[in-house]
Amino acid sequence: MLTNFVVPDLYPAAAELFLLTMACVILVVDLFAGSARRWLTGSLTLLTLVGCAVLTYWNFGDNASLTFANMFVDDPLADFLKLLVYASVIVVLIYGRDYMAERDLDKGEYYLLVLFATLGMMVMISAYNLLAIYLGLELLSLSLYAMVAIDRDSPRATEAAMKYFVLGALASGLLLYGMSMIYGATGTLELGLVAQSVQEGVANRTILTFGLVFLVAGIAFKLGVVPFHLWIPDVYHGAPTAVTLFISSAPKLAAFAMALRLLVSSLFGLAEQWQTMLMLMAVLSIGIGNLAAIAQTNIKRMLAYSAISHMGFMLLALMSGVAGSEVDPMALINAYSSAMYYSVAYVIMSLGAFGMVLLLSRAGYEAENLEDFKGLNKRSPWFAAVMMVLMLSMAGIPFFVGFFAKFAVLLAAVAAKHVVVAVVAVMFSLVGAYYYLRVIKLMYFDPPADSAPIRAGFDVRILLSANGIAVALLGLFPDTLMMLCTATLVRSL
Amino acid sequence: MELKTVVFYVFAAIMLFAALRVITARNPVHAVLYLVLAFFNAGGLWLTLQAEFLAIALIMVYVGAVMVLFLFVVMMLDIDIARLRQGFWSNMPLAVTLGVLMAGEMALVLSTDYFGTTSFPDQAMPADYSNTKELGRLLFTAYVYPFELASVILLVAIIAAVVLTLRRRKDVRHLDPAAQIAVKHTDRIRVVKMAAEKEPE
Repeated sequence: MLTNFVVPDLYPAAAELFLLTMACVILVVDLFAGSARRWLTGSLTLLTLVGCAVLTYWNFGDNASLTFANMFVDDPLADFLKLLVYASVIVVLIYGRDYMAERDLDKGEYYLLVLFATLGMMVMISAYNLLAIYLGLELLSLSLYAMVAIDRDSPRATEAAMKYFVLGALASGLLLYGMSMIYGATGTLELGLVAQSVQEGVANRTILTFGLVFLVAGIAFKLGVVPFHLWIPDVYHGAPTAVTLFISSAPKLAAFAMALRLLVSSLFGLAEQWQTMLMLMAVLSIGIGNLAAIAQTNIKRMLAYSAISHMGFMLLALMSGVAGSEVDPMALINAYSSAMYYSVAYVIMSLGAFGMVLLLSRAGYEAENLEDFKGLNKRSPWFAAVMMVLMLSMAGIPFFVGFFAKFAVLLAAVAAKHVVVAVVAVMFSLVGAYYYLRVIKLMYFDPPADSAPIRAGFDVRILLSANGIAVALLGLFPDTLMMLCTATLVRSL
Repeated sequence: MELKTVVFYVFAAIMLFAALRVITARNPVHAVLYLVLAFFNAGGLWLTLQAEFLAIALIMVYVGAVMVLFLFVVMMLDIDIARLRQGFWSNMPLAVTLGVLMAGEMALVLSTDYFGTTSFPDQAMPADYSNTKELGRLLFTAYVYPFELASVILLVAIIAAVVLTLRRRKDVRHLDPAAQIAVKHTDRIRVVKMAAEKEPE
């Protein structure tokens, strides 16, 4: 029986293996380098991510290849999302470097946890088995819990980490319970076989639906949508800003991939049921997220509530795939690619917005209140303009990337005959425009409360400017990214 | 009713009772002991499914190691039970309403015969069949990917535990063993050459 074992094809997982190896190497290097040569750890981490990007780019093929006994899939969707994840992690490391160094938080473990979290995201993105999804998620979450608590002296960070940990463990439990139900009903953990079993109708429908409820709850927690959103404001607020930047960017892409693989790739036969659940959560998230953001005076909390509403929009697209009983492949791809476009656009905007918060912070001073943005135009007209572009884009004002993302989602929702839902979403985004515009008003029309010059490294300035320009350019040429999203989805689903 | 079914219901009933007591016991130490009882019964259930290795591993790992550690922690912590129970009764009506609602809904959904005891493995395995060997074979072939991922998660847990607990405090006096071992005789005494007697003036 032992003879029929074939060594798995390691080539599709080259990037993951490289990252794991390098993480172990960095662990040892950091031990000997010590705190005096911390730059070595940081640069090695960046190099590792670049190396992963090269390997993933090499693997970019037209079709999906499965390995590790069909637990790992390497398809265009996975490669595309992984490249975006590397890019956003690199940006996070560069934006956050000074912040972490000034607070003496840039221990070697910080870089290691970032790398392991990235590995977790890659596993989630490439998962073709319920077990792999769960383990990737745990790897990501465990690293994030520790990163939130990395500032040992801050009681707020510790509280946020505790809250995140307890609620996260509960959500993992829900997800795992749902998975066990799906396994019980279909007798398999492999996503493709689950889908087959659901389509053929051999699996017990009741048990599937029962498991689906728990799966959706778990996904909703990881995305941070109402009613599983309560951890988001506290964690965003309590964590060191560089960690908040990390949590608010790349993991959203991984959560999107997880939702797509679980709901679309495996439980597509139950689309009618999960679409209704997603619709409720989407409307509630857009509503509660936008309304609660108005009351915030802390910009990290404000962006947290805005993240909730943005994820609601993303769900709006995910629930628009199937309208009625017949499945239109065109509408399907449109809906899912607009969801993907929305996630990517949100990550770019979120990187920029938290990057600005980091830019204004300095040693012993956290620029986390809205007041700190007062009169930014006087202090630095260029960065005030960058922030304005980001805020306008988040509010969904034409012609920035955020507008086209919202537009594509609403088109998909209307095409699926959810006109009322689309109208409600537009109404709440109009309400939401208030708090984005308030930031612009503070920057341009109020006298500065803080007159310290903005100090930042050359690379941070360049990257942040590029981030703002990307938001503007992607808004002027929205087709490129949209076509990329559509093309990868067509080849992968 | 077959003997196997009777055994199943006995184990299941004790397990449910123990699990209930875990969350209702006033004393945390009692709760931990009830959890041990629940684990024993879960092990028994697994035995009826012919998964001897898993059953024994559950008892050895969870009861033998994890729960003992748990018990230590619970005994070490000075838990103020009275304070923990504060607000218990005021939140009770809402909690009971929600709990009953959810349990009712689940019962409605699941009131099919799916969860019956009909899915026991019916034929006995041959005597030389090794559960442990089979498990090991699967773990290192078909499931090698999740197995390795689990080990990475453990590595992250170690790193996280170290980063969150290890800190060198500057205000505490401590000995550095490495420096003690590396000490040379020249560090201990200084030989000063001087004349044995003072020169007469």
